[in-house]
Amino acid sequence: MVDSLSLKSEVAAPAPAPAPKRGRGRPRPTVRSRREAWTAHLFLAPWFLGLFLITVGPIVASLYLSFTDYSLLDEAKWVGLDNYVKMFTEDPRFWASLKVTTIYVVVSVPLQLGFALALALLLDRGLRGLSFYRSIYYLPSLLGGSVAIAILWRKIFGADGLVNAVLALFGIQGTSYVNNPDTALGTLILLHVWTFGAPMVIFLAGLRQIPSSYYEAASIDGAGAVQQFRSVTLPLLTPIIFFNLVLEVIKSFQSFTQSFIVSNGTGGPSDSTLFYTLYLYSKGFKEYEMGYASAMAWVLVIIIAGLTGVNFLASKYWVFYGDSK
Amino acid sequence: MATANSRNPVLYRRRVSRGAKHLMLIGFGLVMLYPLLWMVSSSLKPEELIFREPGLLPSTITFDNYTEGWNELAHPFGYYLWNSAVITALSVVGNLVACSLAAYSFARLNFPLKKLWFALMLGTIMLPFHVVIVPQYIMFSQLDMINTIWPLILPKFLAHDSFFIFLMVQFIRTLPRELDEAAAIDGAGYWRTFFRVILPLCTPALATTAIFTFIWTWNDFFSQLLYLNNPDNFTVPVALRTFLDSTGESSWGPMFAMSIIALGPIFGFFLAGQKYLIRGMATTGLK
Repeated sequence: MVDSLSLKSEVAAPAPAPAPKRGRGRPRPTVRSRREAWTAHLFLAPWFLGLFLITVGPIVASLYLSFTDYSLLDEAKWVGLDNYVKMFTEDPRFWASLKVTTIYVVVSVPLQLGFALALALLLDRGLRGLSFYRSIYYLPSLLGGSVAIAILWRKIFGADGLVNAVLALFGIQGTSYVNNPDTALGTLILLHVWTFGAPMVIFLAGLRQIPSSYYEAASIDGAGAVQQFRSVTLPLLTPIIFFNLVLEVIKSFQSFTQSFIVSNGTGGPSDSTLFYTLYLYSKGFKEYEMGYASAMAWVLVIIIAGLTGVNFLASKYWVFYGDSK
Repeated sequence: MATANSRNPVLYRRRVSRGAKHLMLIGFGLVMLYPLLWMVSSSLKPEELIFREPGLLPSTITFDNYTEGWNELAHPFGYYLWNSAVITALSVVGNLVACSLAAYSFARLNFPLKKLWFALMLGTIMLPFHVVIVPQYIMFSQLDMINTIWPLILPKFLAHDSFFIFLMVQFIRTLPRELDEAAAIDGAGYWRTFFRVILPLCTPALATTAIFTFIWTWNDFFSQLLYLNNPDNFTVPVALRTFLDSTGESSWGPMFAMSIIALGPIFGFFLAGQKYLIRGMATTGLK
C-alpha cells in the first residue's frame, strides 16, 4: 500500500510507471513483526484448524471417494471413472435431476431478479414509507428457506389448498398442483420468486449509490423518465445485477429444503421436483452410495464453476463499470 | 414543462399518482403476505373450516390446533424448540468468537502468506458445501458424533462460515488505523487492542453476524436432517418434517400451528434486528 503510493507521487509525468520488480527487498523480520505474525496465527488458529479439518481435508477425501465404491461399512474400493461414466450413461435419474434443477434456475432466477429490480425502482426516489415496504417485501426472503414455509406451500397448492379455495369462488375446480408432474416444479419456482426481497435490498442500496447529479444532467438534456432509466439507471446498475445473478444462480442450484418437503423426500411426482442436491442426498445418505454421491458433488462443483465462469465471460458484454472506480 | 399557471393541476396529478403508487405497493405487499396471514388464521380455525374459508378472518377462533400440535409427536414441541435453541445459541457464539478473531487478523495484522490465506478464505465462501458433506459425515460418524450436536456446532467454532469473516474484515477496514496506534502507544498489546478497541466498534458487524447465524441455523434443515436421526435429538425443522410423515395429509391445523411457532423466533429477530439485517445485506452486496 505505502509503496505504491510513494511510487505514484514520484512519477509526476504521465510516463509509464516502472513495473515493480518481483522479489523486491522485503523488510527484514524484526522482533515486532515476528510477534505480530505469531499473534496473527494464534488468532487464526480456529480458522486454520477448520480449513484443514473440515474444508481442505474433506475436499481431497471426496475427490478420492468419487473414484471409489464406498458404503460406509466396507472399505472403499477403487473403481476409476466408473461413477462418472455410470452417471452420464446409465442413470436417467441423474439426468432428470439435472434437467429439473436447470429449469428451476433458468426460470426462477430471472423472474426473481426481475421482481426485485422492479420493486426496487418503485421504492427508490424518496418514497414515503420506504422502510415499511422494504421490510414487508424482505420478510419472505428470511422465511422462504424454512421447513415451515415449505409445508405451507405444500398445502397452498394441495388438492384442497388455498389456491383451489380461491378458484372455487369463481366456480373453477382445481386439482392438486404439488401432485401433478406438470405443475409441481412450478410451485417451487413460485416459492423462489416469492423470496425476491433479498436481491431487492441489494438493488436498493445500489440505486442509492447513483449520484442524483446524473439524473439532473440527463433531465437538462431533455431525457424523460424512460430514457433516464435506460441511459443512467440501468447501465450504472449492471454490476449489481451481475452480482445478484451470480449469487442467485449459485444459491438456487443448491436448493434442497423446498423440494424435500414438498415432495416428502422423493423428488416426485415422477421425479418432477428431484433437485440435484436432493438426488445427491438420497444417493449418499439413503442408499449409502457415498462414492457416487461424491462424484455427483464434484460434477456439481464443475457445473457451478462453469456457470459462474460463463457469467463472468458474458459480463464483458453487458456489465458497465463506471470510471469512478 | 409546467408553467406557473398549470402548477396546481400538476401538483394534484402528482399527488394522485403518488397515491396510486402507494395503493399498488400495499396491494402487492398484501398478495405477498397473504400466504403467511392465511397460515396464521388457519391455525386458529377448526380443522374442517380451513379449506372452506379462504378468507383471513376466522368465524370461530380456537386454540385446539396449538394444544393438539404441541403434544402430537414423541415429545412435547417445547422439547424440540429447546434443542433448536441450544444449537442456535452455540452456533451464534461460535461464529462471533471464531470469525471476529480471524477477521481482526486479516484486517489488521501482517503475517507471511497473508494474501494466499485470504484468497483461500474467499474461495471457501463460494464453495458448494456438498463437496465436503460426504467426508465430513464419514469423519463425524467415525468420531461417534452422529446424533450429537457436535457436527452442527463444531464448524462454527472453527470459523467455517467464512462469509462472516469477510463481512467483519470489510467492517474493520473502515475503522481508522489511528485507533490501533493510539492503543499501542498506551501500551496495549494486540489482544487488548482487539478486545477493547476493535471489538466494541464492531458491534454492527457482530450484530449482523449474530442475526444471520441465528436465522440460518434456526432454518437449517439439511445438516440437521443429516446428523440428527434420533427423535430425542430432533430440532424444530426435523420435528416439523416428521409431522408430515406421521400424520400424513390429515392434520393441517396442528401442523400450521407448530409451523407458526417455528417461524416465531425468526419473525422476532427480524423485527428487532431489521436495521442490521438490511445494512448487512446492502454492504456485503456492494463491497
